[in-house]
Amino acid sequence: MASKFTVSNRTGWLMAGPAVLLIAGFVILPFFLAFYFSFTNQRLVSPNATEFVGMANYRQLLGVTTVTLEPVRDDSGAIVMQDGEPEYPSLRALTRNNPDRPDLAGMREWFSFSLGGDSKTYVLARDVVFMKAIVNTFIFVLIVAPVQAGLALGLALLINQRLRGINVFRAIYFMPVVVSIVVVSLLWRLIYDGNSGLLNNLLGAISFGMIPPIDWLGNPSTALGSIIAMSIWQAVGFHMVIWLSGLQTISPTLYEAAAIEGASKWQVFRYITWPGLRNTAVLILIVITMQAFGLFAQIDVMTNGGPLDSTQTIVFQAIERGYGKQDISGGSAISVILFVIVLSISLIQRWLTREKT
Amino acid sequence: MKMFTVAASAAIMAWASAAQAQQTLTMWYHGAGNEVEQKLINELITDFNASQTDWKVELQSFPQAAYNDSVVAGALAGNLPDILDVDGPNMPNWAWAGYMQPLKIDESKIANFLPGTKGVWNGQLYSIGLWDAAVALVTRQSTLDELGLRTPTLDQPWTKEEFTAALDAAKASGKWEYPLDLGMAWTGEWYPYAFSPFLQSFGGDIVDRSTYETAEGALNGEAALAFGEWWQGLFTGGYAQATQDPADRDGGFAAGKYAFSWNGNWAALGALSAFPDTVFLPPPDFGAGPKIGGASWQFGVSATSKHPEGAAAFIEFALQDKYLAAFSNGIGLIPATPTASEMVDNYKAGGPLAVFGEYSSKLALVRPVTPGYVVQAKVFEKALADIANGADVAATLDAAVDEINADIEKNGGYGH
Repeated sequence: MASKFTVSNRTGWLMAGPAVLLIAGFVILPFFLAFYFSFTNQRLVSPNATEFVGMANYRQLLGVTTVTLEPVRDDSGAIVMQDGEPEYPSLRALTRNNPDRPDLAGMREWFSFSLGGDSKTYVLARDVVFMKAIVNTFIFVLIVAPVQAGLALGLALLINQRLRGINVFRAIYFMPVVVSIVVVSLLWRLIYDGNSGLLNNLLGAISFGMIPPIDWLGNPSTALGSIIAMSIWQAVGFHMVIWLSGLQTISPTLYEAAAIEGASKWQVFRYITWPGLRNTAVLILIVITMQAFGLFAQIDVMTNGGPLDSTQTIVFQAIERGYGKQDISGGSAISVILFVIVLSISLIQRWLTREKT
Repeated sequence: MKMFTVAASAAIMAWASAAQAQQTLTMWYHGAGNEVEQKLINELITDFNASQTDWKVELQSFPQAAYNDSVVAGALAGNLPDILDVDGPNMPNWAWAGYMQPLKIDESKIANFLPGTKGVWNGQLYSIGLWDAAVALVTRQSTLDELGLRTPTLDQPWTKEEFTAALDAAKASGKWEYPLDLGMAWTGEWYPYAFSPFLQSFGGDIVDRSTYETAEGALNGEAALAFGEWWQGLFTGGYAQATQDPADRDGGFAAGKYAFSWNGNWAALGALSAFPDTVFLPPPDFGAGPKIGGASWQFGVSATSKHPEGAAAFIEFALQDKYLAAFSNGIGLIPATPTASEMVDNYKAGGPLAVFGEYSSKLALVRPVTPGYVVQAKVFEKALADIANGADVAATLDAAVDEINADIEKNGGYGH
């Protein structure tokens, strides 16, 4: 049964051995443990024996249902109005201690909408915080992936020129990548400070005091945007370097030929640079997407998921539950859900960017 | 021959006890990085090691932020020391998890200790503190005079109406950025420690302490809803800020940004040096009596210790007034006994911080004594932050109750 792979590669296996062992111990094993724990009620600290609970953790995290309510009507059948809006029966009476709807016990309103008519549909979730975390994470990924990749390409094109002192610019753009994300987050917390932060002072100065100070991280409508902007800035240099390496693999003869043919700058980019960067683009898109799904440190340092859950993310919730609330099983279930999400998206990306033959 | 046997056995016994004299006890402490605290604990250990020949305590210090994680990791690895220090509200969790064993010391030695220093779980003493901490409503006498406010006392604290009127007067005067500094910048344990006494003064609680099996009615009952509305009103009414710059928390009162500050005894000397007329008022009474939080770091014995009697001997040794006084002088905390307080200039009768000792002995309520507190504290913190940021009070408290109850159920009632 000894194949060439196992025998002739003995030296190879020997060299790969330490890395394989470490990866097996610290990546592969925890990965399978997370799967296992997510079907149990494993705690971080507990004298109780671990029990199998089946899909209970997943049901708790992902349970969503809808309830459609008719507005409250008075005796004459007219809709009772309150503050100019029709009044609806209290959801609290429906979801709490209600023997008629045991299926709704413990559920909370996630959001509500009205499809014309008087009735209003409420979307209830068993774990609203986790739902918000999923939505926030997707918003983060959808904005960060294209914007960061685009900016990084722009920077890479700028520094891919033979100019005096270009290395200074390369170093400057790359610098935020070298600094620890925790330090960067602490600094940006000061920049975003609601009273005397650098950003507020800057905006006040250029607008001659027209723009009032904004509590960037303390306001639910600006907190996630602030973290997105800061995250893009922090990692853009890293992807710039990858783009740069891609740019430098494109043969200069192609550019020389284009110059002889009299191609415009746009034509050069469109027909030489961009096709030459194909594989780099696929790599960068996948790397950014995966990194963006792992958003954690910025949240932990800057907002702790607040205000009003506007910056909750999947990984932050996994760690908050697993360690903060000692619920290893819940944290593991979140990790598994994240794994499934990232895997599906990577597969879709691979399929969309496949070599069309 | 007989003579020889006796001599030999005596020699063996002497050798045995000499060997025993080398018995080492390991100890973990959370004070790494604090030089003064480190020096005090080292002196205590040196004194203990020199005072007897049976035990030798060896110290390992951790930074406070990493301490709890280290204990949990140590316990999972079966590698705990003999003597642990533990934050009071965490103790039931560790005792329940089997990290700690009951502390066998002479009860008479701790008879006059402050209530918040005794860590009792399931009717047994597990940990004991050399000090406690207390919170007060910090303001200046000149502020009270200027706003024409009655000085509240322990017997006659402010009522909710008086407190609101005081905040209104401070706001109307326009002299301060905000009337009240609650310390919103101190996320984490500060929220349940400093703010759950308000809820308890309203008549609610984080969890129903009669059974510890549900939070229903305690955290979302009428009293809790009243508390929640009041709490939200502090922020919507412009009395306090929901997000605070940590620098404002540390220096805002001294810089004159706040009329009142809800802060602990550890910050009291700083306030006094900024304004000599600083006064430390008792908390307002919202209906169920004025309350503050109790319990600070305490010493206990790990469950895996092979020499619990040695660990207990060390802890008993540490309970002497001179060490209580030394720690108080060094790091500013309230000595656990009245006799030790008399040895500390700040806390002796008539001392500038003596009121804190009084509040601690008369108003302190320990946080819920349950292994589930660790989770409940997190849930409570998030609920208060959300309400401060404008979330619906009833829905938020309901959600908190559901989460706490689900956790209690998941843990089989936490052994209550």
